[in-house]
Amino acid sequence: MTMTPAPTKPWAASTKDRTIDGAIFGGALLSSYLLVFLTPLKGKLAYFVCFFIAYAIFTTSIKGLQRGNAAAKDALVNSLVAVGAIVTVIPAASILATVLKKGLPGISFGLFTHDMALATPTDPLSNGGLLHAITGTLTLMVLALIMSVPIGILTALYLTEIKGRFTGPIRFLVQAMSGVPSIVAGLFILSAILYPITKAYSGFMGALALTILMIPTIARTSEEVLNLIPNDLREAGTALGGTQWRTVAMIVLPAARSGLVTAVILGVARIAGETAPILLLTGGGDKVNPNAFNGPMGSLPYYIWKSFNAGSPEAITRAWAGLLVLVGLVLFLFTSARFLGSRKVSK
Amino acid sequence: MTTSHESGKQEMQTSVKPSSLADVANAKAPKTPGTSALGTGLETRGVHAWFGKHHALSNISLDFAAGTVTALIGPSGCGKSTFIRTINRMHEFIPGAAMAGEVLLDGKDVYAPGTDVTKIRLQIGMVFQKPNPFPSMTIGENVLSGLKLAQLKVDNKDDLLEECLERAGLWNEVKDRLGAHGGSLSGGQQQRLCIARALAVRPQVLLMDEPCSALDPGSTLRIEDTIRHLSDTMTIIIVTHNMQQAARVSDYTAFFLSDGGPGQMIEVAPTSEIFSRPQDSRTESYVTGRFG
Repeated sequence: MTMTPAPTKPWAASTKDRTIDGAIFGGALLSSYLLVFLTPLKGKLAYFVCFFIAYAIFTTSIKGLQRGNAAAKDALVNSLVAVGAIVTVIPAASILATVLKKGLPGISFGLFTHDMALATPTDPLSNGGLLHAITGTLTLMVLALIMSVPIGILTALYLTEIKGRFTGPIRFLVQAMSGVPSIVAGLFILSAILYPITKAYSGFMGALALTILMIPTIARTSEEVLNLIPNDLREAGTALGGTQWRTVAMIVLPAARSGLVTAVILGVARIAGETAPILLLTGGGDKVNPNAFNGPMGSLPYYIWKSFNAGSPEAITRAWAGLLVLVGLVLFLFTSARFLGSRKVSK
Repeated sequence: MTTSHESGKQEMQTSVKPSSLADVANAKAPKTPGTSALGTGLETRGVHAWFGKHHALSNISLDFAAGTVTALIGPSGCGKSTFIRTINRMHEFIPGAAMAGEVLLDGKDVYAPGTDVTKIRLQIGMVFQKPNPFPSMTIGENVLSGLKLAQLKVDNKDDLLEECLERAGLWNEVKDRLGAHGGSLSGGQQQRLCIARALAVRPQVLLMDEPCSALDPGSTLRIEDTIRHLSDTMTIIIVTHNMQQAARVSDYTAFFLSDGGPGQMIEVAPTSEIFSRPQDSRTESYVTGRFG
């Protein structure tokens, strides 16, 4: 009878290895502290830079002594990659932390139930709120969604299913459009529609500009999603006697559903914090305005901009609170997009 | 002359080891002659196919009598799949595709001007090499998807569902979970689901493009059984690389070959003849496993 051996992990780091890694880390920390202490370098940034340089030198030389040249290069590249990742995370984390720190004092229940019709940004925080800005932003989003989702998805369908003569130019235009600065979209609506035709600010004008910004995001993401749907399914649908439209509607679109939802949410996230066209087009009212076609309409970016401009400590706190709400909204949308997108696209 | 293990392409052995492929072919139950409900069958006359400038298929004239199973055999790249895709007009989806010749279903050319292509594809069903159930649909919805796609009405969907799954040999395995997703079935079950799906629109002709090449021997046997049963009510054309399979399921076998140029049909005959007394030396070399 043979004994079952105890499960081991021969590939795991030994205690000695871990001690060495810890020593390298500690040594790098210590030397960065000493460097900042002994030289004229100052500030958090100096600590970061010194630490990473020291860490890279230590780990490269020790691995090199232990295992030779190739291991040294491997360790060096590893530490560079880690620097890249951390440098990416730091600004995002720092922004979030700042917004949380400065915005939380301004958050209260009243903020979500009142608008600014009877208050000015410099009033005490207990007066007024940003209900009008939240409803305004949501109205703008819904309007932009209603206009951009059909156009975006139909464009994607043209590019992936019909593949007509204009596929090349249209794909090029859509890609070029996704680089259009938002102020250009705003000025376009201003000069093409607002000044010559409606002659009045309204939420709808803002939604039109947002639609221009949203279409390329939705169209490009949807195109990629639809390209993932295997051609077998299209052939199977056609071979069963379906017309192209029936096959797309019954088989291709349902198979791509979760990916298309992600495309739409990414589109919304693209425009949620858009400020320039809103400043130009919506007129930025201070009270809740349910009619997007008549009268100025508030929105979170506008509220933030206006409050910062007012300048008093209360107004600044209001602006940070508005920022926090906006960041929370965008974060929520991105998280749901990630969640929906991570469920794999049905094959 | 021809022993069963000479074919390098065989995927499996049957339980009773036959002495030759011809014996396998002869061992099938004799066919009942096709009834008039089957139509008068399918015929191709001088079919050529091109992909752009590449001439893929040359001058194929074949007769598929109603209610028979015809196997198309031949090495890869000899145009078998292209040929069956010209029959139900799927060939034209490939950019740059072109064709010549006539495909006559009940005497009418499916390429005649003014023909409703979707009707043609309802009459000539197809089962693909890789099982491809629709991922967004349940098992039941998959079977009936052809009706919805073509916007056909039936009186009793449940009866049709049961009948199609029964004929595809899948009913007993899925009758308790018709609401489950098609992707939850095994590969062999998925392929039988695709067969059931093709049957639901009641085609006269069923094209099968290597339907078993992605399947295990057990599932392959089930599907071959299914094919034998189906041939009572429809005309079947099956592309296969498995000579054993051709011998087991088909009444007629056509041998395709490409000598560097376009694929040609070298020989067609009752299956037992192809495997016992092929007329062409190339056919003999192929069926005895000397090349391909």
